[in-house]
Amino acid sequence: METLLEQIESGKLWQFPGGIHPPEQKAQSNQHPISRLPLPEKLILPLKQHIGANGSLLVNVGDHVLKGQALTAPGTNWSLPVHAPTSGVVEAITPMPSAHPSAIPELSIILRPDGADKWIELTPIRDISSLDNAQLIEIIHQAGIAGMGGAGFPTYVKADSPKPIEFLVINGVECEPYITADDRLMRDHAQQIVSGIEVLQQILKPQKILFGIEDNKPEAIAAVSAAAKHNQDILVRSIPTKYPSGGEKQLVKLLTSKEVPSTGIPADIGVLVQNVGTLFAIWQAVFEGKPLIERVVTVTGNTISQPNNVWALLGTEIKHLLDSQGFSPVDAQRVVMGGPMMGFTLPSVRIPVVKTTNCILAPDNKELAIPGEEKACIRCSACADACPQSLLPQQLQWFAKGKEYEKLEEYNLFDCIECGACSYVCPSEIPLVQYYRVAKADIREQKLEQVKAERAKERFEARKARLEREQEERQNKHKRRSPSSPAKAAEQEKVQEALARVKDKQSDKSAVQAAIARAKAKRGENGELEPDNSAIMQEREKRKAQARKYKEAKTEQVSSVDQKDAVAAAIARAKAKKAAAQEQVSSDQAPEDKKTAVAAAIARAKAKKAAKQAEEANDNTAEPSEAVQSTGDVADPRKAAVAAAIARAKAKKAAKQAEEANDNTVEPSEAVQSTDDVADPRKAAVAAAIARAKAKKAAKQAEEANDNTVEPSEAVQSTDDVADPRKAAVAAAIARAKAKKAAKQAEEANDKTLESSEAVQSTDDVADPRKAAVAAAIARAKAKKAAKQVEDTNDNTLEPSEAVQSTDDVADPRKAAVAAAIARAKAKKAAKQAEDTNDNTLEPSEAVQSTDDVADPRKAAVAAAIARAKAKKAAKQAEEANDSTVEPLEEQQSTDTEQAQLDTQTPEARKKAAVKAAIAKAKAKKQAKEQEGNEPS
Amino acid sequence: MKLTMASSPHNHSHKSVSKIMMTVMAACIPGILVQTYFFGFGVLIQLALALITVSLTEAAVLKLRSRAIWPSLSDGSAWLTALLLAISVPPLAPWWVTVIGAFFAIAIVKQLYGGLGFNLFNPAMAAYVLLLISFPVQMTSWSPIQEIVTQTLSLADQFAMIFTEATSQGVTLDKWSTSVIDGATSATPLDSVKTSVSQGYTVTEAMSYIGFGEIAGLGWQYVNLAFLLGGLYLLKAKVINWHIPVSFIVSLGLASGVGYIIAPQSEPGTLFHLFSGATMLGAFFIATDPVSASTTNLGRLIYGAAIGLTVYVIRQFGGYPDAVAFAVVIMNMAVPLIDHYTQPRTYGHGANS
Repeated sequence: METLLEQIESGKLWQFPGGIHPPEQKAQSNQHPISRLPLPEKLILPLKQHIGANGSLLVNVGDHVLKGQALTAPGTNWSLPVHAPTSGVVEAITPMPSAHPSAIPELSIILRPDGADKWIELTPIRDISSLDNAQLIEIIHQAGIAGMGGAGFPTYVKADSPKPIEFLVINGVECEPYITADDRLMRDHAQQIVSGIEVLQQILKPQKILFGIEDNKPEAIAAVSAAAKHNQDILVRSIPTKYPSGGEKQLVKLLTSKEVPSTGIPADIGVLVQNVGTLFAIWQAVFEGKPLIERVVTVTGNTISQPNNVWALLGTEIKHLLDSQGFSPVDAQRVVMGGPMMGFTLPSVRIPVVKTTNCILAPDNKELAIPGEEKACIRCSACADACPQSLLPQQLQWFAKGKEYEKLEEYNLFDCIECGACSYVCPSEIPLVQYYRVAKADIREQKLEQVKAERAKERFEARKARLEREQEERQNKHKRRSPSSPAKAAEQEKVQEALARVKDKQSDKSAVQAAIARAKAKRGENGELEPDNSAIMQEREKRKAQARKYKEAKTEQVSSVDQKDAVAAAIARAKAKKAAAQEQVSSDQAPEDKKTAVAAAIARAKAKKAAKQAEEANDNTAEPSEAVQSTGDVADPRKAAVAAAIARAKAKKAAKQAEEANDNTVEPSEAVQSTDDVADPRKAAVAAAIARAKAKKAAKQAEEANDNTVEPSEAVQSTDDVADPRKAAVAAAIARAKAKKAAKQAEEANDKTLESSEAVQSTDDVADPRKAAVAAAIARAKAKKAAKQVEDTNDNTLEPSEAVQSTDDVADPRKAAVAAAIARAKAKKAAKQAEDTNDNTLEPSEAVQSTDDVADPRKAAVAAAIARAKAKKAAKQAEEANDSTVEPLEEQQSTDTEQAQLDTQTPEARKKAAVKAAIAKAKAKKQAKEQEGNEPS
Repeated sequence: MKLTMASSPHNHSHKSVSKIMMTVMAACIPGILVQTYFFGFGVLIQLALALITVSLTEAAVLKLRSRAIWPSLSDGSAWLTALLLAISVPPLAPWWVTVIGAFFAIAIVKQLYGGLGFNLFNPAMAAYVLLLISFPVQMTSWSPIQEIVTQTLSLADQFAMIFTEATSQGVTLDKWSTSVIDGATSATPLDSVKTSVSQGYTVTEAMSYIGFGEIAGLGWQYVNLAFLLGGLYLLKAKVINWHIPVSFIVSLGLASGVGYIIAPQSEPGTLFHLFSGATMLGAFFIATDPVSASTTNLGRLIYGAAIGLTVYVIRQFGGYPDAVAFAVVIMNMAVPLIDHYTQPRTYGHGANS
């Protein structure tokens, strides 16, 4: 019996089942050498054009860049840089519709060419034998090379295979009809491709290199064979023309007889597959020093007068390609990116060419007929006969229609490669692939739901334990209070209680802690509260694989400034403008009550506008992370307490709604704790500590989510009763600056996700400059840490960072009321938006803890502000989702009216209001309880 | 510019359900012609009756179900059912036999289950079984082969026979049959052999009986050959897969071969089984009905083989002369089970070389 290697060497090919023979339609476009296009007017370069994370931005708007200059720097996690395809000026950096079936906006650099086309200094390498693997891989990495066959997997990751590679498979199959980009590249540049292969050969040292080309490309086979003559290890194999021979799994089977394990990758069986386009790019990167800035694109279809292959600069709009080759659209024109089998239709011709764009197909309605109506399945099983994966598409279709997810998995739905062979042969014209896509998404979502439910259960238990504890505490308090102890003693008692609570929380006995521990135990991590970055990385890497499709780039900054300090307001405004700024809400300073009201109105209007914009987006999610800073000298404690309670209730409500949505998204988990009874700095410190702990926990949960989104980590620190306001302001400014920086870093960080991590510091009546400095330092540390976390992530979401800063030196209850009113309005708005969406949403899980005997109004204001911010965020997340619907917060209105009454209050009225607020709180709590499983505590 | 969005794939093979149905019907034409040649125009009259009945029935039921009529009717599946039923009933059977059968096939067997694609049973065969059980006399009264009769019925008389159950002279089918051939038989060769064997004759004696041709009875063997021809065309046109017909024929052949070796006296032999009755029609046109057959390749082999075996067992030991309809309907019931246990191994699952 011959060994496998001998069989392969003897030229044996294997077979995969199924497959189809659609009309090839390649002759139109492969007759002429690859041509060059005139320089386009502008280039749109999405930061992410591959699977993995974004690089971080290296350029600013207005910068002049040279051809080949890196525009982003790769971080960790499969991130790749993008380079300037020509010299020119960076005109804007903004989200633009991307090369995705839904054209999801993706943060892009818009480059206006200067016409000079001047290269940056290049460092070509003559002799690669002098370089070691790490150096070669670094070159490939820095050149931004991603798999150019369609998937866009970072090539440096593949090249750096930890497993030994037995066979390097070169994919020159190009089985999709119409596409001839690889065909033409092999004919025109066989020598360079073979040199590229030899670079990988040096890195991977495979036993053999198998170069598969379909037998409908005899010229390419001849060219490659001639070019590879000198290398005995390269075996060029002519394989029978059949779709989808070029599928990775199918090609591996064809050439090596091996099958890639169901959930594995080719490297698991010692095989690595690379597309010829990728190899050409490797050659360019190594031997010419040129990064990946252009690629071959087939422009074809009956509406194109000169179908051909062109060298298209990355970022070139499809329109430019079409127009250059002579495009005369027909009615109901479709423009497909990719081939007729697996390509997707573009919603617009204003979409850029990216690293994975191999074909632009503009067919008329005869060559690719518009699909007819779906008819009943007659179980003819033509689909099963065509399936290259030996699935039973027809059975899967029934299960998908019946939403029988278990059955779907039993029938290996996830092994479907979505090649479209089944839909192609279906006599009933059932869009089978579409059913599978939907079913796959549903199953992923369902699994996510299970994880969520589990987490919610933990949260609920923790909350229940906490509520019981609180009730006990309250009862104890009443008991102790009855002997009419002096106010001071009562206060001290409160401090002690707060400290006890903190301790309680930190102790292993605490239910919260226990929940965290449980969660960690599940993950097999250690029991520390501190986020463990290595664990995060692992989680993320896993998530990455799932998360490819969902993208979101959204930056939103809402900053509301309501304070007397003009400087602070100016800083806040500048910040708001700076932050990618789709939405901006800023309210100007107002020294007096009336002015405050006006400012609030403006803020509301802006919030509305922002909300509208957000609503128009149909992406998977973006989550704002907001840092709320509020320094309020609210005079009337009871009103403040009421406001806080209402805000809390709203936040809870919002959270609930968000949770009810079922989606691809993630959940921010936030822990908001407002300890209102804080009388002195120590108490404040305690409160801050609690808040920090929660923020950390939230960050960790976020990390653990396997969604496409990322979550904000917020650190809220409030140091109250600081004596010197000016110093406090300075400290706050520093903190803000840090937050800004963090946000920027985040923005530049990997892909779809931007997170803002912000440190919120509220310095109220700062008594001592040193304290303020300490606070600022802490804030800085937080900001840095948050930024780091963000950078390490590679999720699909971009999250806006919002910094809401409200420093209200509100002197009297009325101002506080105004502030509360603004918060209410925003919350309402958010709720409405949430309602309008039908989507994949996330859920914020928030832990709002309120200790009710509010002694100090200022702290209450802080708490209220935090609650407000959370509510807003939750609503926004919900809104951005596109699936299941979220429900409005209706009950809010009732609390609103109550609140309105507070504006004109007499002491008696205040008492009444307090009572009402208490009732509202109780209701909110009850509702929360009803929600049980889903309800975040 | 506004672009049209669609989900991939953007190309299609241009196969359609109606094209498949039309191809199957076209492949039936040789069989129908041969059958008409041997059994008279009654075949075509029955066909017309069945086509009209199924069209009306399908339209009425679709109307009741508030579905669009033409899109469903035009897929041709109902007409194919009519065709298969019409060539299964005796050519001179009374009109109401065909009408009842066609109505039952469409209204009960097909539409009550949800229409095309949802029916558990092959509509034509379920209807045939209903007719055979309900009207055994009419359903087993095949007119004698035209070649051997002394006097053929005119077209008008065939009409009269079907619609009034007697010729214009008032001669019934039974009387006419006995008058035109020596001895009385309006039974099929399968029926005759079965009866003779049960009466103690040997197969050879039975075979020598008038009305039998060289292999499987004059007429019948040519009808089967014609359907075999049509079936081969379907295979070539890739409308059906080879699994079911091949396993059906091989299984029936093997079973009858073994039977012949064991008891040559009471067993007419493999060729007789393969070319008489509805064997070829069943193998290529009936058992391959996609809706009610197994859908996996291994499942199809099992399904076809099981039908072949069942046909033999019923023909040989059962109470009915032919058994394709019974075998198909019985195996229809087993299809979900067969499908469940015959899932192919998905790529990347299981043994890796």
